[in-house]
Amino acid sequence: MSRSVCYAFPLILILGWPTTALADQVSIIVQSTTSTANSGLYDHLLPRFEKEHAIVVHVVPVGTGQAIRNAMRGDADVLLVHAKAAEERFIQQGYGVTRFDLMYNDFVLVGPSADPARVLGAHGVTQALSRITASGVLFASRGDDSGTHQAELSLWRRAKIDPAAASGTWYRETGSGMGATLNAAVGMGAYTLSDRATWVSFKNKGGFRVLFEGDPSLFNQYGIILVNPARHAHVKAQAGQKFINWMISDEGQAQIAAYRRNGQQLFFPNAVR
Amino acid sequence: MLEIGSSFSLAISLIGSLDPDLVEIVSLSLRVSLSAVGVALVLGLPLGAAIAMGNFKGRLSLIVVSNALMGLPPVVVGLLVYLALSRSGPLGVLGLLYTPWAMIIAQVVLITPIVVALTREIIEQLHGEYAEYFASLVLSHPRRVGTLLWEGRFSLVTVCLAGFGRAIAEVGAVMVVGGNIDHLTRVMTTAIALETSKGDLELALALGIVLMLLALSVNAVIALIRPADSPGASAVTVR
Repeated sequence: MSRSVCYAFPLILILGWPTTALADQVSIIVQSTTSTANSGLYDHLLPRFEKEHAIVVHVVPVGTGQAIRNAMRGDADVLLVHAKAAEERFIQQGYGVTRFDLMYNDFVLVGPSADPARVLGAHGVTQALSRITASGVLFASRGDDSGTHQAELSLWRRAKIDPAAASGTWYRETGSGMGATLNAAVGMGAYTLSDRATWVSFKNKGGFRVLFEGDPSLFNQYGIILVNPARHAHVKAQAGQKFINWMISDEGQAQIAAYRRNGQQLFFPNAVR
Repeated sequence: MLEIGSSFSLAISLIGSLDPDLVEIVSLSLRVSLSAVGVALVLGLPLGAAIAMGNFKGRLSLIVVSNALMGLPPVVVGLLVYLALSRSGPLGVLGLLYTPWAMIIAQVVLITPIVVALTREIIEQLHGEYAEYFASLVLSHPRRVGTLLWEGRFSLVTVCLAGFGRAIAEVGAVMVVGGNIDHLTRVMTTAIALETSKGDLELALALGIVLMLLALSVNAVIALIRPADSPGASAVTVR
């Protein structure tokens, strides 16, 4: 009897899968950076969009590098990421149709409140990074080819420091998402670079705080791109474009601006139409 | 330690209030993993029995391979299934990536070797015990396989549980092929990973506690179905 139970249950479950309910609605897949998803922005935006249009938006939250690679393979209708150079390459190579600026915020350097590397009060991000290097205090890097990781690497280049040479010593590449890297940084008392949205909504701050911010090179621009249907025929171009149009519309932009976490605005709309 | 205590009360209040998001995630976890166990049993029981009772060239290699595949890392399975189901992959036209179907496929790949290897072990032993009995009767090969699977049914429940335990607990494969999409492919383990990455360790741990309670209930139900004095009953452990 047990064996027949083992057989029967799962088979009933498989047969009873509600695929038909989903089939009536158009759905699109958005490959998106984790910062937008983890901060709760989509929970705020999507119900408003979905109410107006009969389109269900499925967000796959991964790092920018992985999001772009998944989209190149055709596993997305829309791409929403934050690494402008990589996005423009994506368009140039014919994977995307057009890139729209969508919104921005900034990166912040967070670390232990005691600030052992005396980053607080540094003049410019270059000096802040130099102080971390000189002090020998740990720095946790994403190390995962995400948008934040690419931004961090360009900051090191600007500071003329090659952290890769110190990998495994004071420079720790976690190879994981922003949240996991923040958990690791808090765990080992390391400085790290985070996008502001993830940092503000992050709950395991453990006595860490923002120690450096406001340098123009910490600007963080998000872009939105329709995956090229000429490249991947199955791309739901119409529905995807509707979503993009809504995001860059007055209403979408106003909703992005209206989203707050702990009383703070996390994303600043700047679409140009 | 404060976190563990508050996570427990959070877990209990989540269950008590039948939080709709939690119910959705739990039911998807169960449907995906039980479906995967079902398919893995259909594939793995006959295959394991055939290897156990067979006498063919390459049998030993098959045993070694199926034993080794029990250690397949979920994330590798996820990657392989992703590459197969991706729009640029050989099965891309099916459009199964980022659906529960993809998650079932990945878990089937993950746990079928476990079913094959453990079934082989159990049936091989029984086959030895039944060798004389079979010799005295003229039974076709499929009938022998059927007889042994039936006689070993109570031990094979443990195989079910081992497969289910592996499936419900893994995160690497379902994360890659399911995409952890809210209201579509988010299951217990990917939700735990997500809350951890949001730094909400209390909620993450509470979800972990719910997952453990779920595994406990499934095992308890199985233990109740099976008569206590049945052969092999001692092999049942609450995983």
